[in-house]
Amino acid sequence: MTFSPQLEARFEKLVRSYPPGRQRAALIPMLLYAQDEVGAVTPEVVEEISRRLGVSVLEIEEVVSYYSMLRRKPAGKHHIQICTNISCLLLGAEQLWEHACRRLGIGNREVTPDGQFSLEEVECIGACSWAPALMVNYDYHHHMTPEKLDRLIESLRKTQ
Amino acid sequence: MLYNEPSPLEVRVLTRRFGLPNSASIDTYLATEGYAAFRKALEMTPEQIIEEVKISNLRGRGGAGFPTGLKWSFVPRQSPKPKYIVVNADEGEPGTCKDRVLMENDPHQLLEGMLIAGLAVDAHAGYIYIRGEYRYLIEIMDRAIAEAYERGYLGRNILGSGFDFDVYTHTGAGSYECGEESALLESLEGKRGIPRIRPPFPAVVGAFQCPTVLNNVETFCAIPAIIRDGGAAFAALGTPKNGGTRLFAISGHVNRPGVYELPMGFNLLRMINEVAGGVRNGKKLKAVIPGGSSCPVLKAEECDIAMDFDSLARAKSMLGSGGVIVMDEDTCMVKVAMRIMKFYAHESCGWCVPCREGTLWLKKLLTRFHEGQGRRNEIALIGELARNMLGRTFCPLGDAAAMPTISLVEKFYDEFEAHLEGRPCPFEARTAVLV
Amino acid sequence: MADRVKVVIDGRTVEAPAGALLINVARQAGIDIPAFCYYDGLALQAACRMCLVEVEKAPKLLAACTLPVTDGMVVRTETPQVKEARKAMLEFLLTNHPLDCPVCDKGGECELQDAVFRYGAGESRFTEEKLHVPEAQWSPVVYYDAPRCILCYRCVRICDEGLGVRALGVVNRGATSEIAPNRGDHLECDECGMCIDICPVGALTSGIYRYKTRPWEMKHVGTICAHCGDGCKTTLGVYSGRIMRGNNRDRSGINDEFLCIKGRYAFDFTDHPERLRTPLVRVGGRLEETSWARALEIVARRFAEVKSRAGKFGIVGSNRTTNEENYFLQKFARQGLGTNHLDHHRTGDVVSLVDALAGRQDALATTADLYRRKAALVVAADLAQQHPLLAFQLRANWRHHQAHVYVVTPGPVREDSYAVRSVRVPPGEELAGVESLREALRAEPELVILFGGAVKGENVRRLVTFGDSLGIPVQYVCLVDYANSRGAADMGLLPDLLPGYRPVTAAGGSPGLTLPEMLAAPDLEVLWVVGANPLARHPLASEQAFVVVQDLFLTETAARADVVLPAACAYEKNGTVTNTCGEVQRLRKALETPGTKTDLEIFGLLAQRMGLDLGPWRVESVWEEIQGNVPGYNVPSAVLAAGGAAPTYPVNGRIGVNPRPELIRSAGDTLFTSGTLGRYSRILNSVPEAPGALYRS
Repeated sequence: MTFSPQLEARFEKLVRSYPPGRQRAALIPMLLYAQDEVGAVTPEVVEEISRRLGVSVLEIEEVVSYYSMLRRKPAGKHHIQICTNISCLLLGAEQLWEHACRRLGIGNREVTPDGQFSLEEVECIGACSWAPALMVNYDYHHHMTPEKLDRLIESLRKTQ
Repeated sequence: MLYNEPSPLEVRVLTRRFGLPNSASIDTYLATEGYAAFRKALEMTPEQIIEEVKISNLRGRGGAGFPTGLKWSFVPRQSPKPKYIVVNADEGEPGTCKDRVLMENDPHQLLEGMLIAGLAVDAHAGYIYIRGEYRYLIEIMDRAIAEAYERGYLGRNILGSGFDFDVYTHTGAGSYECGEESALLESLEGKRGIPRIRPPFPAVVGAFQCPTVLNNVETFCAIPAIIRDGGAAFAALGTPKNGGTRLFAISGHVNRPGVYELPMGFNLLRMINEVAGGVRNGKKLKAVIPGGSSCPVLKAEECDIAMDFDSLARAKSMLGSGGVIVMDEDTCMVKVAMRIMKFYAHESCGWCVPCREGTLWLKKLLTRFHEGQGRRNEIALIGELARNMLGRTFCPLGDAAAMPTISLVEKFYDEFEAHLEGRPCPFEARTAVLV
Repeated sequence: MADRVKVVIDGRTVEAPAGALLINVARQAGIDIPAFCYYDGLALQAACRMCLVEVEKAPKLLAACTLPVTDGMVVRTETPQVKEARKAMLEFLLTNHPLDCPVCDKGGECELQDAVFRYGAGESRFTEEKLHVPEAQWSPVVYYDAPRCILCYRCVRICDEGLGVRALGVVNRGATSEIAPNRGDHLECDECGMCIDICPVGALTSGIYRYKTRPWEMKHVGTICAHCGDGCKTTLGVYSGRIMRGNNRDRSGINDEFLCIKGRYAFDFTDHPERLRTPLVRVGGRLEETSWARALEIVARRFAEVKSRAGKFGIVGSNRTTNEENYFLQKFARQGLGTNHLDHHRTGDVVSLVDALAGRQDALATTADLYRRKAALVVAADLAQQHPLLAFQLRANWRHHQAHVYVVTPGPVREDSYAVRSVRVPPGEELAGVESLREALRAEPELVILFGGAVKGENVRRLVTFGDSLGIPVQYVCLVDYANSRGAADMGLLPDLLPGYRPVTAAGGSPGLTLPEMLAAPDLEVLWVVGANPLARHPLASEQAFVVVQDLFLTETAARADVVLPAACAYEKNGTVTNTCGEVQRLRKALETPGTKTDLEIFGLLAQRMGLDLGPWRVESVWEEIQGNVPGYNVPSAVLAAGGAAPTYPVNGRIGVNPRPELIRSAGDTLFTSGTLGRYSRILNSVPEAPGALYRS
């Protein structure tokens, strides 16, 4: 399979980042960056990276199934990840989560029928002092409330 | 950028550039004594650098609090293999968000710390292992790295010294366990984040089977100040054996949660009341987890305590990663126990029996408990299962799950009792409303 | 650091090499520390936490499996704290493990069951719902039941480290972690079943054995595998007259616990529906069932008649029958029928090697040597396929002792992955490939050279000359294909050599016809084939030849026979066989197939009917005769009786016959084929990897 020139450039830089004979080290970054572009770690992505790094498909499967950010099926265009861990929980993450589920009509790891949004309950994302927090794709949103979430969803909807 | 207002009580050493315009740029850095420590270190012997770090009483900021200078001294001086510097930027301990601001606001400070570590152990390459969620920090670090290459602070023959050093960023992909140093090294090598059998320790057999200095972001960020101003000056900021300042991430039920740089040994009550503006809504303080979710909880009456490694150890808790989680009187401690265990069950790598099975069992048990389906004899069982994990797992994750649980059952036994026999959570009605 | 240290375990002072692992030191002192993940010879895991012990001055319990002993260490393995920890680990293990031992396939021989009996709690405090995962079939051989899995990772390690196949991995994390096969939902591997036998619990079970019987209902008979030339010990579990399974879990043979699919599962030819159970005689062009008495009478009468008018016999022996049978057959031919027209399918040039090594007593490598010598050179063999035990030994030697392995083959082989150097040569150019390694090999302290059937005749001598020129101790293995290929040569199933490689000319005889010459002789009157299938490849020129075949099945050769005598197989008889390294081992009879007779008994009965005095045909008597008559075979019977392997050194000076290299041809069996016999193993033919191909690694 082929990747964008930008991703290819990134891969090339990655593989050169590690000592000779240690190119397997590039595996996890490659999987995540490929997922960012393809939408998921598909069997084709696994095959391709297996070929490029000389790592068996089984070894890649071992890795993919270990890391929680790697997924087999595409998320929505806007992947909303709500932290419900302790600091966020203390400040209303559960209500935020329930609100998001109601508002989007989907549950954990589900995608809206139009493919615009997906929801995921995530563990601590390192925003404890600015809780409750969530991420949309790789962007942080701090001090969230159900109202702010509504506004966020509306503005994201408009970006399509 | 900063996500909270600084406090006048802060002692800003590592955060001294925070808030400056373009604080992340190399120009700002150079204009504010940036890379001065590295220049100084170029004139020092490796032994002198390590000695200075030892004098500073700097202890690892990731959680374990191991003396940094000592750790560096374990790296063999003579080695046929290359050596590596690895930064643990896999910040994942719930309650902790300080490495994030250090990298975001002053990335060159981290690079300078790595360079000095490289000089100290004769390493010529460094990797910054950044948790996958911190993608924007990879971009910030990559920009800083590119600037440093451009200005000759990285690459071949740095500043004409003959010293070569390369730095690479490396993303994780979602695993708390990879914050454990040997699991991080496995992950760096493209494998599952399963910890390694130790010994050998990373100082001897680390990244790519080579000797490695592996420290937390904040630990490396303290190095430039230590070399620039001297280890003694840094040590003097803290308490005996607990040198310097520390970034505390205060979260939970306080008026001004945030990340604050305070001297080691700063009083916890003052931290809550004076730095973080006290408990919100005029509520009473119930409990504090002082160093991230793996630390035993302190009851309100235990919070008049100096925040350093040794004082907290005496109180049978830990300073951990400096994540101070403050809980008010309306907090359900059964729910806290349940949520913490849910986290550890999710993050257990599954390698060893007690952690893999114990965290899941406890998660199920605590969930049932919180739903009011607990039985009286199971209160003791919770503590017993946690103790059956404690000290017996392959890596510290099992302890991290066990310790807060044991303390919560011990210190809030009455709240567990209050959930028995089908009773609804007594706190559910009073749960804090959103801000 | 001192070489030896003193450790106190449970009050007893034990001396051990510095750095030895505590768990081993304790076990050697008779103090058992339980463990699931620790497995001798495989990588350390420290995962099951069963081996936690108290060590003085340590703040917490330590895992004995990863703790090197140091001088003065004081260890306690039976304190209340240690017992409590074991109990806790077992309680954790049982949370998601089904508690249905009575119906579990592993019941009765389960390490978890035993550990719970010994160290566990009497009751369960776990009242939550268990994790459910359906059982999966990964191949005709391998089934996996995830909930029973205790994640000791033995299977993953034996497949990766032991075999070099790495068909198993670990997926997911936390409590949902499980073992996964290399092809998504199924396995593509050697189908050796090592993962199954190493599994301490009932997580991995075999499609061949599972749910057929209980372990304590079986009779267990340790014998030698009927297939390749490596001579693995396989312990057959026999119940109700049928072989239920094969394994070597007691690690008793030269193969330790190793077995490939053939030794572990391919015993199923024994009760194949086409197995012959009645003698057949040709009547009016068709083979009809007859009695043993009538069949033997017909054969004996014809043999006597042809002998009486000095008609031409041709006798083809077997690569699979015992030494006793082979010895008796050549005696029957030479003394009984007066002919040297005796041969067998030669799969390797043992004759040339024995000749080239004339006068030496230490130049033949044993199976154990492959695990302990510093270097090895594999020439013209796909070792992992053709000699899986020898490949396992070499790989273990590399893993444990960093042995240097060199490879000279026509195509890729599994050994390439760890070989110091691999050289690819076209067939016939093997010696040039070997020569290219001269400098590297000279630098080795010692060497074992293994060579396949493609190296023969003068090239064997050249190879030995090359070995001599290296100036280091060199040992050799002449690779041969089948369970007693080596024994067939040693016992003189050759037209020009008596047992022990004595030329027939030295005894006043003249060389007989070779196998192809017999088949091509238009005046052949009798063709007697014992456990071989020459007509599968060659036509029989003599149309009038009276053909007698002793076999298990109606092979192409048997189909041409005038009389077919149903023979017992290797698992149905006693006797000895000699493996490719020249080690003699004992077969032990595990079962009987009614209607069959051992080849030795058939020979004896024929001799009796013909009035020949060939001596008693009891296995023990013939073995005694071999011991006395065959150079190199005067091995201690006690070793064999105890199930051991005795190396033979049949070297007695130059042999002085033409080794006829053109007759030597390896059958090129893969892991999943076994000559004609392999056709009758359902399991060998049912795995998707079958038949496989050599040099395709």
